[in-house]
Amino acid sequence: MIRVQDLSKFYGGKRALGPVSFEIADGETVGFLGLNGAGKTTALRILACDLRPSAGTVSVGGVDAVAEPHDVRKLIGFLPENPPVYGDMHVVDYLRFAAELRGMRRPEFAKRLPEVLDITQLGDVQDDVISTLSHGYRQRVGVAQAIIHNPKFLILDEPTRGLDPVQIVEMRNLIHDLKQSHTVLISSHILTEISQTCDRLIVLGGGKILGVGSETELAAQETEIRQVTVAVRPPNSDADTRKTIADALAKLDGVAAVAEPYEQGGGLLYTLSTSKDVRAEVSRAVVGAGWDLIKLDYSRSELENTFIRLVGGNDASN
Amino acid sequence: MRATSIIFRRELGAYLRSPLGWVVTAVLLLVDGILFQSSALGSGEHLSADVLRTFFLLTGFVSIVGGVALSIRLIAEERQTHSLVLLNTSPVRDVEIIAGKFLSALVFLCIMLALTLYMPKLIMVHGKITWTQVAVGYLGCILVGAAALAIGLFASALTRQQLIAAVAGSAMVAILCNLFPLAKRLDPPLKDVLSGLDLWWVRYMGNFMNGVLNLKDVIYYLAVIYFFLLLAVKTLEAKRWQ
Repeated sequence: MIRVQDLSKFYGGKRALGPVSFEIADGETVGFLGLNGAGKTTALRILACDLRPSAGTVSVGGVDAVAEPHDVRKLIGFLPENPPVYGDMHVVDYLRFAAELRGMRRPEFAKRLPEVLDITQLGDVQDDVISTLSHGYRQRVGVAQAIIHNPKFLILDEPTRGLDPVQIVEMRNLIHDLKQSHTVLISSHILTEISQTCDRLIVLGGGKILGVGSETELAAQETEIRQVTVAVRPPNSDADTRKTIADALAKLDGVAAVAEPYEQGGGLLYTLSTSKDVRAEVSRAVVGAGWDLIKLDYSRSELENTFIRLVGGNDASN
Repeated sequence: MRATSIIFRRELGAYLRSPLGWVVTAVLLLVDGILFQSSALGSGEHLSADVLRTFFLLTGFVSIVGGVALSIRLIAEERQTHSLVLLNTSPVRDVEIIAGKFLSALVFLCIMLALTLYMPKLIMVHGKITWTQVAVGYLGCILVGAAALAIGLFASALTRQQLIAAVAGSAMVAILCNLFPLAKRLDPPLKDVLSGLDLWWVRYMGNFMNGVLNLKDVIYYLAVIYFFLLLAVKTLEAKRWQ
């Protein structure tokens, strides 16, 4: 079991994650859903002991990940956003290196290798130099290194990133196979991508948990989640002003999250995830601060936009 | 220790596979050979001991440049290509990562230095020097090169940009190598402190290059190596908190 309690991470003075708390049972497949900057990667890197938290506790398989990261790493296989491969190595040599780092002896590796090559369908390229492989194959090599030591917990950060449609389907099938024998944590910013694969979703936005449950359960909560879009034209749009505006909006009653703004039509467009209609409060706050209010929208969109509404929709235009 | 050995083998393999190690070796050996030929062999008659001194002056310099050049990629490149995550998320301690990488670069540096052995052999054929003088000189080259490696490895741990690491590493080595000329302009006790910390003039040029083996010189270099490797380990550790 993975147990996370009041976990936070700051980069400098900026809060990237938290405080968040959640539990993941053995054998479960859980998806971390959120837009860029939502805190997914930070959360997964902390669970994989690649990063230390600023506050809170993390227990993986009953072992404290902050006090005993060395022991937790033995239980985990991690595929980061960019597969951690060495371009100058041959696929099999690289997998042997990864296996030995995880404490496997050569006979164990020799026994496990055919199985992993079969699961990841790397047999055809096992003797190739990694730098000559396509992105899809490199991603597979990344998965292979994560499972070579048969870890109890498998953490995959955006495993379908940069893959073409065929490769995405293949990766989805691969994850489906891996579910049978591992507790799997996957992150993505595409709802459909992980809703098909995961038993449960944890929706992150602005470093906080916005929703937990299956896709159906999240949709049922939908009437409670609304989205307000506000375009503000401040005297200048430097980073400090953007932050000041975001902070002012985040303080309003009923605002769950404020997504990173982007420039549109001469103003800064903020998307707020709210639990009620806060247009009046937003307009008063903006005008009261001396900024121009140039657009204010309120929406209660349909089920298919569950995720966008939950996380604030800052990348909805991408 | 097992992890150190695994990382050592991978890194040494990377040097042997990639053109970088061989290009650095070829360029430095070429420069060493040309300068040795022109300064030691090609300008009239010299005492064998003087020729050997000149050889170790050049080879010591080559060892320092090679040390910095070989070490810069060790961590910075891994950060740039994201492969460091594999090491960071494996049950491997930071000290094992640094030790494995340092030892691999040191062995490659020793291979590079071994390829210069034909030059003292040439001096032996035409003059009179002892193997002890040669051995002490090479020990000095290895120690000063290993110190440069440790400093370069620390610089490499600081940043993901290899160019910045190269500039930072070179600057640190250049400063440590020129503390003695600076110390000469100062009064004690600062003078004694700075000349005591000098990496090149006092210990290498003053003793090793002349075939003089002094235990405290060896200890000094080992201390410098330990200090910068420790800094590299602590830097890796600190980066996890950032």
